[in-house]
Amino acid sequence: MITFDNVEKRYPDGTVAVDGLSLEVPTGTLTVLVGPSGCGKTTSLRMINRMVDPTAGRVLLDGKDVREQDPQTLRRGIGYVIQHAGLFPHRTVVDNVATVPRLLGATRRQARATALEVLERVGLGAEFARRYPAQLSGGQQQRVGVARALAADPPVLLMDEPFSAVDPVVRKELQQELLRLQSVLAKTIVLVTHDIDEAITLGDRVAVMRPGGTLAHYGPPEDLLTAPADDFVADFLGTDRGVRLLSFFPSDDLPLRTDPVVTAGDDRIPGGEQWLLVVDDDRRPVGWRDATGGPVPAGRGFVPGRDSVRVALDAAVLSPSGHAVAVDSDGRVLGVISQEELAATIRAHHAARSVDVTERTDA
Amino acid sequence: MNLGIPSYLGSFTELLVDHLAMALGASLLGLVVALPLGLLCVRRPQWYPPVLAGASVLYSIPSLAFFVLLIAFTGISRTTVVIPLAVYTLAVLIPNVVDGLRAVPESVRQSATAMGYSETRRLLTVDLPIALPTVLAGLRVATVANISMVSVGALIGMGAFGSLFTAAVQLDRLGLAITGIVVTVVMALVVDAALLGVQWLATPWLRRTRTQGRTRTQGRTRTQGRTRRSAR
Repeated sequence: MITFDNVEKRYPDGTVAVDGLSLEVPTGTLTVLVGPSGCGKTTSLRMINRMVDPTAGRVLLDGKDVREQDPQTLRRGIGYVIQHAGLFPHRTVVDNVATVPRLLGATRRQARATALEVLERVGLGAEFARRYPAQLSGGQQQRVGVARALAADPPVLLMDEPFSAVDPVVRKELQQELLRLQSVLAKTIVLVTHDIDEAITLGDRVAVMRPGGTLAHYGPPEDLLTAPADDFVADFLGTDRGVRLLSFFPSDDLPLRTDPVVTAGDDRIPGGEQWLLVVDDDRRPVGWRDATGGPVPAGRGFVPGRDSVRVALDAAVLSPSGHAVAVDSDGRVLGVISQEELAATIRAHHAARSVDVTERTDA
Repeated sequence: MNLGIPSYLGSFTELLVDHLAMALGASLLGLVVALPLGLLCVRRPQWYPPVLAGASVLYSIPSLAFFVLLIAFTGISRTTVVIPLAVYTLAVLIPNVVDGLRAVPESVRQSATAMGYSETRRLLTVDLPIALPTVLAGLRVATVANISMVSVGALIGMGAFGSLFTAAVQLDRLGLAITGIVVTVVMALVVDAALLGVQWLATPWLRRTRTQGRTRTQGRTRTQGRTRRSAR
């Protein structure tokens, strides 16, 4: 567990970077520090491995004040991932990853063997081992950065804007990769970002900081979206937090209808505003048919259980018929659901949640 | 093989050893002084302007005057030639050491510290290797200059192949001067090529970046490439 206990960082010129920060990061969870630039999020992160020392208050790692520990020993036990990866350009990928094991006294051979295993774990095969960082793409470099941080198997991982310098597609891929790794490794992770979407996607808890270095909101992302602490947090979340909240609603219990689903041989023409979903013999979607003809392509569906209500609603909004198509993981149609039915489910979720929140506040 | 060099000047081999010892000695001494000074200038940037100004002022002292001044302390010796040449190299080497160290990306420096490197270890195993191409580029320029400058030592009787030029005047043998020029140029070319070879061997990561396909260009490799070209 990482504990910030009333931490303050004041520079000699009077600037206050962090002001009265108190928060706890439970062991094995991922906490995101998010906020606009100048809110002290990176400064706070660096207090954990003593790259910055607080001017007041304490930072505790498993109950021990980090300032009582030798900085170099402390740092070798904490993984660190930085924007642009910060790989050593003059060392091969495998030697980059072997850095901390080497610092901890492993022989070159041992350290390289460990490094190869960890590289495999982040999805980089042995063919990358002998390359130099400049021979990799930005996304690959960042993967090596993560591997390097994990090489000595530290219980704590600090990540400072780790995915900010890569393009959106790669960023999403790396985020999913991190979630996958975290589900296996269960490290205690503190991640800094200025991207609220990233914070909501990755964080078990999200700490929103405001300029002046104070904590504005700390809690699970769902609570943040449902009940932001104040106007600053609400503004920072942006206008579509309602839609984003839908990411946390599961889609496995959505009421699906199968009556508008017909096979290709069935040449019924629907009346009025009605639509029929035509499927082939393998129950894969062919397209939507209405009174004027068709079929028009059905577009992307959603997989109940895997995708959230947000994906289902998105599919319904984009569909010509106003219905989202539910498919199984092989792409076979399970049923359809309309925008109106989705809206009803969302209202039901909200009602259930507010009961939930009231109960928790009472307890 | 004595290329018509009068025997009283010494054999070709003696002159060659003498010449290279003074030129390379001066480069090495200059490097040993420039590294800590350059480091100081990177750590405490306010020191860079005065240090650079100092190196430039020393560079402006005429070599003959420098030799004459030093004779009082070190006599007629190789040292008397080596010290001024070493001092001159500082004007080239200090800026290159500073540029090289400054080209180490901040993210690299920070991640090294965050992984638990001590300051000294980081400097020796991360900063200096990355700065090496720029430092070596400066060293090549300085060394070629030194090989030519050693000749001036002939005016105080310590010029190695430079003595061919004084002898050419005294004996009225133009051929000796031409021999001197040719030998100096060949020495400079060979030593420069050797240093280039050292750089090639010592920086495998720069060789491999251009040959293989890559989707992204890193800022630092571009910077290094530019520094190397411009310093040539």
